[in-house]
Amino acid sequence: MWSGYLWQIFEGAVVTAQLTLLGSALALAVAFAAGLARLSRFSALRALSIIYVEFFRGTSIFVQLFWVYFVLPFAGISLEPLQAGVLALGLNVGAYGAEVVRGGIQAVPREQYEACTALNLGRFQKMRHVILPQALPLMLPTFGNNAIELLKGTAVVSLISLNDMTFQAQIVRSQTGSTLIPFGTILILYFAMALVISRGVRLIERRVTRGLDGTRS
Amino acid sequence: MEWDWTFVRDIMPLLLDGLRLTLVATVLGAALAAVVGLVFAVLRRSPIKAVSLSTAAVVEFIRGTPLLVQLYFIFFVLPDVGISLPAMTCGVIGLGLHYGTYAAEVYRGGIDNVAKGQWEAAKAVNLTKRQTWVHVILPQAIPPMIPALANYLVAMFKETPLLSAITVLELMNQAKSIANSNYRYIEPMTLVGVFFLIMSLISVAFLRVLENRFKERT
Repeated sequence: MWSGYLWQIFEGAVVTAQLTLLGSALALAVAFAAGLARLSRFSALRALSIIYVEFFRGTSIFVQLFWVYFVLPFAGISLEPLQAGVLALGLNVGAYGAEVVRGGIQAVPREQYEACTALNLGRFQKMRHVILPQALPLMLPTFGNNAIELLKGTAVVSLISLNDMTFQAQIVRSQTGSTLIPFGTILILYFAMALVISRGVRLIERRVTRGLDGTRS
Repeated sequence: MEWDWTFVRDIMPLLLDGLRLTLVATVLGAALAAVVGLVFAVLRRSPIKAVSLSTAAVVEFIRGTPLLVQLYFIFFVLPDVGISLPAMTCGVIGLGLHYGTYAAEVYRGGIDNVAKGQWEAAKAVNLTKRQTWVHVILPQAIPPMIPALANYLVAMFKETPLLSAITVLELMNQAKSIANSNYRYIEPMTLVGVFFLIMSLISVAFLRVLENRFKERT
């Protein structure tokens, strides 16, 4: 009898994984856009980036999600729960990521910038070939933590009736009256997913630091 | 639908009432987290391998799973084993446990950052274990921790809306019930966002002050 209920939870796990992947992709894109904008030559871009980061870090994912889902429709923008979830998660975690991008780029020593100028590299070349390859390894561990925060944040979408793992566990609870099995199961599944993320990030880390030995003291 | 100021004025008392509960939950949760974090940090340093390793596993587990699910677990599972607690208590326990694991990491980092020579010096002048902690280690370990701890306090404050999912009538839940009974979402939801944004901005400014203050001393 339990296999049917476990299957329901498993279906929810797929939705949770989907949300985490899509949300992380959006967060990564937004983080780089906002992080680079923060270091831009144009004060308007910098101001925009600061407003975005402070706004999304100032309120929680829960409040943002409800706002996106319930208030935006009045502005004529109606989103499916999955879209609203990905949007809110991506923008929220992207704001934290933007600070990581900024910190990583600023942590690259000054001489590297001077060397680029000496070699007459263009702004794009400088970023692409010198700064980012060195900044990325610094950012990755925090990106990993952010991805885990995003995974944990996905549970909130169950409150706008998206059938993720937490939502399915609630359904199983209401159908069976059992509480320990559904909630215990999803706690373990969430933890397993978090482990997968941290292991995965460590693998990527090893990859991007290849060839950088000796460049950082 | 247009923004309606008279509606805003009508719902303000209810929202402020919710805000009060939000603050109460934050303060109680923070106090519990400070204690729980200390317990975790001490157990983590235990010389007994079984204790330190299992503490590390528990901390990892709590940090790797969503607060919302932990709240559900406390709220729904505990009554089944005969422990019935009011929703607010469940919420405070959930917040305290979850953020206690974060606090534990801060404590650990702060204590590990005290130079080894300090421990040796304390031993050299024959201080007891208690004296070493109270007079040498903690006075040096605590100030650098304060900004990090305050950071998590702000984070916890922002997470309190999750308590609405276990029926605590805090700010978010008040807004939801107002929205549902009046079929107006714009004002209550926006106001909740504005409340949190204002409080967060204030606390971020306060954090900067703290950071600067405790940076000078090192």
